[in-house]
Amino acid sequence: MSEQKETIITVKNLVKKFGNFKANDNLSFEVFKGEIFGFLGANGAGKTTAIKILCGLWAPTSGEINVAGFDIYNQTEQIKKNIGYMSQKFSLYEDITVFENIRLFGGIYGLSRREIAQRATDLMQRLDLEHSRDKLISSLPLGWRQKLAFSVAILHNPKLVFLDEPTGGVDPVTRRKFWDQIYEAADRGITVFVTTHYMDEAEYCDRVSIMVDGRIADLDTPSALKGKYRVKNMNEVFLKIARIKPDENN
Amino acid sequence: MALSITNINKSFEGLQALSDITFSVREGELFGLIGPDGSGKTTLFRIITTLLLPDRGEVDLFGLDVLKNYKKIRQLIGYMAGRFSLYHDLTVEENLKFYATVFGTTIEKNYDLIKDVYCQIEPFKTRRAGKLSGGMKQKLALSCALIHKPGLLVLDEPTTGVDAVSRMEFWDMLKRLQKRGITILVSTPYMDEASLCDRVGLIQKGNLLSVNKPENIIAGYQRELLSVSSDNLYKLVNDLRNEKNTHSAFLFGQSVHLTRKEGKASAKQVIKYLQDKGHESIHINVIKPGIEDCFMDLMNEEDEMALSG
Amino acid sequence: MKRFWGFILKEFLHIFRDPRTMLILFGMPIVQILLFGYVITNELKDIKIAILDQSKDPVTIELTNKIISSGFFILDRNIKNMNEVEDIFKEGNVRQVIVFESGFGRKLKREGTASIQLIADASDANTANLVVHYTMAIIGDFVREQNKLTGTPIQFIPEVRMLYNNELKGVYMFIPGIMAMILILVSAMMTSISIVREKELGTMETLLVSPLRPAQIILGKVTPYVVLSFINAVTIIAMGSLVFGMPVQGSMILLLAESILYILLGLSLGILISTITRTQQNAMFISLFALMLPTILLSGFIFPVENMPKILQWLSLLMPPRWFITIIKNIMLKGTGLMYVWKETLILIVMTTLFLGLSIRKFKIRLE
Repeated sequence: MSEQKETIITVKNLVKKFGNFKANDNLSFEVFKGEIFGFLGANGAGKTTAIKILCGLWAPTSGEINVAGFDIYNQTEQIKKNIGYMSQKFSLYEDITVFENIRLFGGIYGLSRREIAQRATDLMQRLDLEHSRDKLISSLPLGWRQKLAFSVAILHNPKLVFLDEPTGGVDPVTRRKFWDQIYEAADRGITVFVTTHYMDEAEYCDRVSIMVDGRIADLDTPSALKGKYRVKNMNEVFLKIARIKPDENN
Repeated sequence: MALSITNINKSFEGLQALSDITFSVREGELFGLIGPDGSGKTTLFRIITTLLLPDRGEVDLFGLDVLKNYKKIRQLIGYMAGRFSLYHDLTVEENLKFYATVFGTTIEKNYDLIKDVYCQIEPFKTRRAGKLSGGMKQKLALSCALIHKPGLLVLDEPTTGVDAVSRMEFWDMLKRLQKRGITILVSTPYMDEASLCDRVGLIQKGNLLSVNKPENIIAGYQRELLSVSSDNLYKLVNDLRNEKNTHSAFLFGQSVHLTRKEGKASAKQVIKYLQDKGHESIHINVIKPGIEDCFMDLMNEEDEMALSG
Repeated sequence: MKRFWGFILKEFLHIFRDPRTMLILFGMPIVQILLFGYVITNELKDIKIAILDQSKDPVTIELTNKIISSGFFILDRNIKNMNEVEDIFKEGNVRQVIVFESGFGRKLKREGTASIQLIADASDANTANLVVHYTMAIIGDFVREQNKLTGTPIQFIPEVRMLYNNELKGVYMFIPGIMAMILILVSAMMTSISIVREKELGTMETLLVSPLRPAQIILGKVTPYVVLSFINAVTIIAMGSLVFGMPVQGSMILLLAESILYILLGLSLGILISTITRTQQNAMFISLFALMLPTILLSGFIFPVENMPKILQWLSLLMPPRWFITIIKNIMLKGTGLMYVWKETLILIVMTTLFLGLSIRKFKIRLE
């Protein structure tokens, strides 16, 4: 089954301060290659800060961080070449077509024209979007856009992809189809680092970490967490862990 | 009946947003409208709160025709349109005072009604609303919607994008409000919140799929639902989908919810099929469906009907 | 009724808490009144002139003194011969050269008149007109005084030459000004809006996480506007020339090069603006009010800088359009080469480097 796995993200004592406020307070964890890692936490717990640091968007205040084999302080450019990113707000340009978006990001990731053409055809076939090739993104329904955004984020076959709340608001069937895509990517060896508010999606992850107040309150497989807190599902795990503190003091 | 909706239809530029919506809400009921983005929830709420006119149909609120009596209606309804119907540059207190004044009342008059909710944010009453966390904004918006003691509270996706803890707390507050006799109509994309309502309406693409008590919807689920798990979840869901007698196979947490085509029973057959495919640690149980299972089943039916119809 | 007042109160609160609105309501009228009060003036003050006195006799000296002590003019220097006239105008500080012919005093006694030439720099037609009229008024005064004293009637009919724009066409003034204004507005405003829009949409984040370097992103955003602004510049010059007959006496290549420099300045300003604003609305607001208004009022486009109070004159030094207008006028109307505008060009280069440097630093920090 699982032997000693290769790590793709190593975080040791990550601290991020904004003035006096510690958004990330001494985080330490690892993510293994090929796993689906769920990064959960209440709003304001420090999730978004941590992700932005791992993506190379923000610099940490202190701590050792290694992503895809590269150091976050000195090798940010290499990291960016090896990761994909899908933000909450959508990564696609709404006023250009499906194909033009694919071509744009393919170019940004350094794919050759032939590679782009081939992967574009593959992608559109798999997502059943061939007839929408020349349609503007703004004309596609929400669910399609998300699926396309994900495919574009991994167009260059990165080692690791970051998904920031990718399934907000869509119907349950589309959500599952999206997770089909995630599973497929993981099967291909792409590590998936995902945050979500849907606790049932937490169940699909190989391991889950829960952040509270800037720290990691717990980290383990869903079944281990459910056993430890003696509850039936991840929703209850979350409620148990995240309810420790009283109402917020911004 | 507090609210009675009959045959509401609305379309925008050729797109049918609502088709023949009919249902009613009893006084003192907590009614949930459950459906994903784009299903028509917001449009329907805007019609009920007199902000939009329907193409066809009637809405009656406390015996008044909503379309004709919009002035009276607006006094009777408390509307919370998403989390950001607050003024970011006014303080908590100023926001509340404003809504109170506009509805011709004062904070003191109905304070006991909102106390439950407001006391949690009262320590921050001089803070600008823009600087509150998501959960606190919710509470403030709810207080502002309640301040004039409405008979019907209409809340449009109040828990969207908020973490599970705040969501729980919010529904607790709603239940307590219900006990004080306020009728509440809530919309949400979260299926698990359905079980917290007295009755729910499932809506998808402008069509009302079902209106009933949650337990009745579940009881109305016609198929046999199997929960299947093995050592490899991803392979499992793919193999099950490719099996010729499968009607639907969906991921649910750490297992797959499987329904089979009419008359093709037998968990044993499934087990054998999976064993042949090399799965280990296979578990199969018959389970009771949840609201989400029912919703997806109804959605599938709608799609199939649309395709064949 | 109470509801109504409650609503009004809220509106007042919004207004007082929005710095932008407060600026428009209170800041702008005050600034505008001050600016317009001091800047729009048809009076002359401290205009630099040069005198070519080929005679240097008591009459010319007295007349010169009278002109200089009028308070309108400052004597920049005395020049020695006509060859220096062209140069001194190219340098750009002197607005008028007064030429007294040789043997002025003698001729005056014998014939009752003598030749005075007023050569004015008409690249700024309005001011040139004013300068000449004031000078002639002073001369007329002198004549009246002399006639009262001596009884021998004299008169002067000064010969007026309007250099560079002898028909006093207004368009010769406007074209450079418009070019300066449009180029900086388009480059700065459009660039800043384009960058900020990406931030607003949220797609900027995705770009930043990609292998694209921040520098590449910015350059990519800016390049289309360089091209478009350049086309704009060429169009304005062409229209000025073909439709209004505005000449390009100097080197066209130099003119276009300076235009490109100015466009780059506008772009770097736009990038700087984009690092300090978060919404497109703000970007547009800053561009319009911080750029357009000062350009029109303080760059010397319409109102001569010498007339303004010292503070505004210093402020005018900070305005890129001021320097660019000088450069264009020199090249187009006076036909000067780089030698005469190197100072202004250097200033533009320094400004561009400064804005770019600041933007790069701010952009890097913003990633934090």
